[in-house]
Amino acid sequence: MSIFSNGRAGSRQRAFRNPTEDPLWLKLLLGAVAIAFITVLLLLPLVLVFKEALAQGIAAFWASITEPDALAAVRLSLTAAAIAVPLNTVFGIAAAWSVAKFDFPGKTFLVTLIDLPFSVSPVVSGLIYVLVFGMQGWFGPWLNDHNIHVLFALPGIVLATIFVTFPFVARELIPLMTDQGRDEEEAAATLGASGLGTFLRVTLPNIKWGLLYAVLLCNARALGEFGAVSVVSGHIRGQTNTMPLHVELLYNNYDYVGAFAVAALLAMLALVTLVLKSLLEWRFADELAAVHRH
Amino acid sequence: MSLTVDSVSKKFGRFPALNGASFVAPQGGFVSLLGPSGSGKTTLLRILGGLEFADSGSVRFADLNWLDMPARIRNAGFVFQQYALFKHMTVADNIAFGLRVRPRPKRPSKSEITARVTELLALVQLPGLEGRYPSQLSGGQRQRVALARALAIEPRMLLLDEPFGALDAKVRKELRADLRRIHDHAGVTTVFVTHDQEEAFAVADLVAVMKDGRIEQYGAPADVRRNPRTPFVSEFLSV
Repeated sequence: MSIFSNGRAGSRQRAFRNPTEDPLWLKLLLGAVAIAFITVLLLLPLVLVFKEALAQGIAAFWASITEPDALAAVRLSLTAAAIAVPLNTVFGIAAAWSVAKFDFPGKTFLVTLIDLPFSVSPVVSGLIYVLVFGMQGWFGPWLNDHNIHVLFALPGIVLATIFVTFPFVARELIPLMTDQGRDEEEAAATLGASGLGTFLRVTLPNIKWGLLYAVLLCNARALGEFGAVSVVSGHIRGQTNTMPLHVELLYNNYDYVGAFAVAALLAMLALVTLVLKSLLEWRFADELAAVHRH
Repeated sequence: MSLTVDSVSKKFGRFPALNGASFVAPQGGFVSLLGPSGSGKTTLLRILGGLEFADSGSVRFADLNWLDMPARIRNAGFVFQQYALFKHMTVADNIAFGLRVRPRPKRPSKSEITARVTELLALVQLPGLEGRYPSQLSGGQRQRVALARALAIEPRMLLLDEPFGALDAKVRKELRADLRRIHDHAGVTTVFVTHDQEEAFAVADLVAVMKDGRIEQYGAPADVRRNPRTPFVSEFLSV
């Protein structure tokens, strides 16, 4: 009684305790465990990447990331992401729109299908493309006859990247759009707006922050993808090696400074993504609150 | 120019939401659809607004085969229970939406739109709130904005789906009186869904009491109250 009356009266705000709050020692213990875990498993390795990259000085680091093969890898990674991310944005919006706003038979199946790339090992998804487009595959001989190269070339890398990063946009938008319901779209229709007009004026502005967030995550994964791309790329140095593949190649050739320098570059791209993501979360916390994360 | 609803039926899966609902309202009339939850009143309203397809039956309005027209060309203002305001737009942009999406030849000029917004805000008694966002308004104010937005398109028909359901009793009464005043001013045929019989009787010229997807009784409020035709109506009205 006394605790409640004090708290409610506001005379001793600090004395008011939340009745469902955990004891202090438990909070400290859980906090310490979490911090220790993050430090050992996430923070230390990240610091080590930069330490190794700079082990022989900044000049060696700079030389490693500006040599032609490294630059080719950076260019290839950025090109693949620049194609895969916009396509997945369009696919993701279309998929989320249909799942969230309409009822149709097979909807659950479609959602499961969207999740498939998350549940399938990336190596397997790479192999799928080899089976379809490889010389022993369905379309391989035909494509070869027409001088179209999918495997061991940019198209294969882009396809593998699209496959692996497909769920990001759709997964982020489905709960957001489901939560928003169809009220505003219905209101727009009764006010005379066309389907496209409704999408551009009502739907898109409502999902823009969630969409931006999803695109950032999708981009980060597209740049970092290793498994699927590794299978379809053919590892041709300076031609079909993306940044993660280039890191592996250098590492296997005992070029540790080179490997860690490119790895540091990748890590920096990831950190930029994280900073942007945090800024978005901080600025648009309310709008993102409805978004379910995986 | 009257509104004729003839044996409209609608099933959701196997659940019959509407079972042959029929009524006739004169041009400029104010009809309340009154009934308990699940009686089909909202479904009927959404069919009138073009937000739901009817399985069978017909609706004629102003000599038009109403059900064959898509929602966006019906020019029927719809007011939702949860307001359905565009959250990312200001009050002025919300109200102007229906004018801005018109094809270019029929679109008013910018100054005309601004003038119209000011006029509508005065009509719903919210002058000067053009620059606010819906999240900065109270529930009652939001519904007034939604009403102004629906009226901006100079609708042929005004449809309201429990518009005051989320508001407290005092605000409901104020809005109810304002709605009636606005209806009389605009002369637009109005269909108003509510489960609150006091509200239905206070505001409408004609009351349709609904049950299980049918209209149990339809008539002027005083007649319905004096001569309930079925045990259901008399019981529903006595609560």
